[in-house]
Amino acid sequence: MINLSWVKDYIDIEDEDLKELAVKITEAGINVEKVITNNIDHLVVGEIVKCIPHPNSDHMHVCEVNVGSETTQIVCGAKNVREGLKVIVSLPGAKLPNGIEIKKSTLRGVESNGMICAAFEIGLESETEENYKKGIMELDSDAPVGMDAMKYLGLDDTLYELDIHKHRNNDCYYHIGFAYEIGTILNKKVHLPELTFKENKESIQDKISIKLDTEDCTYYTSRIATNITIKDSPDFIQKRLLSVGMRPINNVVDISNYVMLEFGQPLHFFDYQKLGNKIVVRNAKENELITTLDNVERTLSKEDIVITNGKEPVCIAGIMGGLNTDVDDNTKEILIESAIFNPIKTRLSANRHNLKSEASIRMGKGLSYEYTDMALDRACNLLEKYADATILKDSIKVGNIDKTPKKVTFNKEGVNKILGIELTNDNIKTELERLDFPYTENKDEFTVTIPSRRLDIDPYVNDIAEEIGRLYGYQNLSSTLPLEYHKSGEYQGNLKLVKYISKRLRALGLTETINYTLVSPNMAKLFDYEGKEKLVLPNPLSSDKSVIRTSLIPSLLNVYDYNKARKVKDIKIYEIAKTYDKNRNEETKIAMLLSGNYITNTWQGNKEIDFFLVKGIVENLLHSIGLQNRYSFVADKYDDLHPGISASIILDKEIVGLIGRVHPTIKKDDIYVVELSLDKLNKTIKPIKYKASSKYPSIEKDFAFIFKKGIVAKDILDTIKKKGGRLLDNTEVFDIYEGEKINNDEISIAFHLTFQEKERTLTDEEVMQVFNNIISSLEKEYNAILRDK
Amino acid sequence: MKEILEELKKDEESINTLEGLDEFKVKYTGKKGLITELSINMKSIPNEEKKEYGMKLNELKQEYNRFYEEKKSLLEKAIIDAKLESERIDVTLPSTSIPTGSPSILESVVEDIEEFMMSMGYDVVDGPEVESDKYNFELLNVYKGHPARDAQDTFYVEGDEYLLRSQTSPVQARTMIAKGGNEPIRMICPGKTYRRDNDDATHSHQFTQIEGLVVDKNISLSDLKGTFEVLMKHLFGNDVEVRLRPSFYPFTEPSVELDVSCFSCQGKGCNICKNTGWITICGAGIVHPNVLKMCGYDPSIWTGFAFGFGAERVAMLKYGVEDLRVFYNTDLREMPSFDRKEKDND
Repeated sequence: MINLSWVKDYIDIEDEDLKELAVKITEAGINVEKVITNNIDHLVVGEIVKCIPHPNSDHMHVCEVNVGSETTQIVCGAKNVREGLKVIVSLPGAKLPNGIEIKKSTLRGVESNGMICAAFEIGLESETEENYKKGIMELDSDAPVGMDAMKYLGLDDTLYELDIHKHRNNDCYYHIGFAYEIGTILNKKVHLPELTFKENKESIQDKISIKLDTEDCTYYTSRIATNITIKDSPDFIQKRLLSVGMRPINNVVDISNYVMLEFGQPLHFFDYQKLGNKIVVRNAKENELITTLDNVERTLSKEDIVITNGKEPVCIAGIMGGLNTDVDDNTKEILIESAIFNPIKTRLSANRHNLKSEASIRMGKGLSYEYTDMALDRACNLLEKYADATILKDSIKVGNIDKTPKKVTFNKEGVNKILGIELTNDNIKTELERLDFPYTENKDEFTVTIPSRRLDIDPYVNDIAEEIGRLYGYQNLSSTLPLEYHKSGEYQGNLKLVKYISKRLRALGLTETINYTLVSPNMAKLFDYEGKEKLVLPNPLSSDKSVIRTSLIPSLLNVYDYNKARKVKDIKIYEIAKTYDKNRNEETKIAMLLSGNYITNTWQGNKEIDFFLVKGIVENLLHSIGLQNRYSFVADKYDDLHPGISASIILDKEIVGLIGRVHPTIKKDDIYVVELSLDKLNKTIKPIKYKASSKYPSIEKDFAFIFKKGIVAKDILDTIKKKGGRLLDNTEVFDIYEGEKINNDEISIAFHLTFQEKERTLTDEEVMQVFNNIISSLEKEYNAILRDK
Repeated sequence: MKEILEELKKDEESINTLEGLDEFKVKYTGKKGLITELSINMKSIPNEEKKEYGMKLNELKQEYNRFYEEKKSLLEKAIIDAKLESERIDVTLPSTSIPTGSPSILESVVEDIEEFMMSMGYDVVDGPEVESDKYNFELLNVYKGHPARDAQDTFYVEGDEYLLRSQTSPVQARTMIAKGGNEPIRMICPGKTYRRDNDDATHSHQFTQIEGLVVDKNISLSDLKGTFEVLMKHLFGNDVEVRLRPSFYPFTEPSVELDVSCFSCQGKGCNICKNTGWITICGAGIVHPNVLKMCGYDPSIWTGFAFGFGAERVAMLKYGVEDLRVFYNTDLREMPSFDRKEKDND
């Protein structure tokens, strides 16, 4: 949150329309999400010129109030209402922050044309019993009658709520940094606040020694302020802190916050008397204890950075001070700390101790050493002014921070190449001046020194091009397409197969679904037929999304339930997705789920989905990717499939998937599922070749056999095919019979055989010979009884 | 003969069944048929009259044949007509539904973009969803402890080394490394990505990103603008305009946000564009020299642009979906509308 009247201290924006300015700032890359004004219309300063008790109430008064433009009658119930008081009046039409809209009304028979306000009613305090009892706000007697009340209170500020990308959130979240951004946009210079103060004779050097015993503190600066008086902060500090959502406490605490909001540098104040004469900054010891300002005892770890008095921690660096050195009402002498700690460790520490604060967040984003120095001086300046402090001579500054400025040398071609535009040297100079980046020019080369406040800029021409580009305006770029066309694009890796299969399955009537990779432990147990070890998130959002799935079928069952609950009866879905096991091995899988009718005709009858239809879909799919004659379905048992209606799908002697009806204990409905490993289907296949059909007539033969039940159709078909040899072109099963006409343990299967020779007409004799051969083989191998011929 | 001819005409009028026609045939050309008898009589006709008799007989035969054939086809047609009439169906009865499936809503968007980008020479590349920290962050200039790591709130799967990728950018890094630093690149990498967000109408812990990368010797921000422009015109119509706004990302420098003018209100301001006239689609920029370097490309020779956007966002805008969960909770009642071709661009 940035308060624009505060920013005015550092840059002249008196004449700017702040809403328009917000648009300009947004266009240049810092997103002003909201422009907030505290103004309340129809809220004015009034004077109670007459106050008499309400005729029909024992506590209300009827007041005549001068509101500047008129004198109006208002009924008031507060205890402290009295004649001659200057007050805040909300007139009809005012909308108060708590939602109340002021209208003309009648209170117990007396007309009332507004409301005399308490502080909580206009949003200055919270709505508590205590604040209610305070009654109406009493203004100073010199308050000008009729003046806009928020303006009188100095609260008519405009605030910007920012939504800044991570990269810029260190320099744009404090008022001076933001002033620089405005200065860049409006081409105006920034004026830093007063940093001067008087020094005492006594030196800090005689009072304290500071030692850094860790790499995690790169800069530690300090001064001592003595003779301080703890009291309320001046009004302007209180109001400014309040405006950005910080509660004023006392002058000393407020000054540390105020300086932080100016320079972005968090400060810490120690009570010098309690601290003693030594500071050692180091990493905490494992299980070391500290009681922080909030009176909580905290256990530290080696990852925390602490300030110690040489013996014990007095502060968790950049996060929160210890109770043992806190500034209280009796504090007279303070040590001011302005330091830079390892931002990553500070951030993680704050997370670990659940102590995120304005200060720890800023520390966690990184700081500019220049402002570490300035913030120290600024704090002294304000303490001298508003806490009657005497500042001791000298400061202590330790640490190995690299103060070498970042420099980048470039020419206009470098910038133009990146942006795709034609800037001149003069254009570049103009933009660098707006940015307030110091630079030197040597022939056509610029050398720019990057100000330390811009932590986001690295010494690359790209970074400079970005700054110049955003000021120059991206709307001024032309639109071109990359030249040097190489080739047409293609799907890489197994994506081509994924896309082909996906489209094929859609053509086969299945609808694609996308489901979550993360599933619940219970889902992960379903269809765990491969027994793969699971990758379980150590720190999931919730347990129902904690395991990376190895099978897609449970997800499809969820989709089934979701749709069944919505009365969808025919469900034909698939998903293609990657799965991962514990060792992060990847396997892309295809899963299908079918239930209900495949083809529907509401009045002629439907084609219901059964095992053989689903098998047909799988075969169609396998054919479509060139795998005909390489696969088979073999009866197999899987825990979550119906034991009699399930099979493994085998390709080139390897199991590549399963098919079957979902076990009735999982879902009682007739649901068929398939899962295939897409990776295992990605085989080398033969090219497509034209095969002319025979020009000669075929000879067709039928027969039916009675087999003992338990026989496997595939075996019989294999035998027929083998015995049929070259002449047998095709075999079909055209009837299956079980029933009265044969024994209970028997089954009759009828076959239709087509014989054909490509180059000539077959003779009946040679066909009969093969045909009889098949018959006798079946009789011999399967004890089959020829039923019909 | 004259009398026979007249009788023939009379008979012909009265025939209205095929059976009648058969009787008619017997009566005239049967064994004892009238015309048959006339032919037999021919023998007993004196020679000098034979010629005339023959001619007349012929005329009579021709007349008969004409009558017969005409009547026959007329009667047969009537029979067929009657049969066909009896087979009439009610064509307004409901049809048999032909099973075809729909792509998921996201796949519709992704395939459309893939095909368009492939036509411009971009390969479509895939990569692991369980990624290492190195590819997801390190090589993309997001060093350990970078605030972006904190805020992206990643699902780590094993210590801080492996994670569910929070962006598809690791595929860009993998592609650059695979190309070995001396080959131009044009690729997109759509895919699933994951962040620690609780699922609601506007957040999803799993989402689909489409990122793209071009690396070549003369790539500028203007090329990015032009590429984005043709893609947006493809997706949202030829009338849309694009705009670049400055932004900041660790892996690009300069970084921009890419907006498209609101195709719903043509920039006048509406709900979809939140009255701004513009819709933010995409984060993009010129590939950071550090990223090029780490992935094996010399930044003094090569430049590139990269962009990334959410397939969900495009789908929401394009199809008017208002809740992200729609994409991951397939409601089959909603899907058939996606089983068709896209509207062509005018």
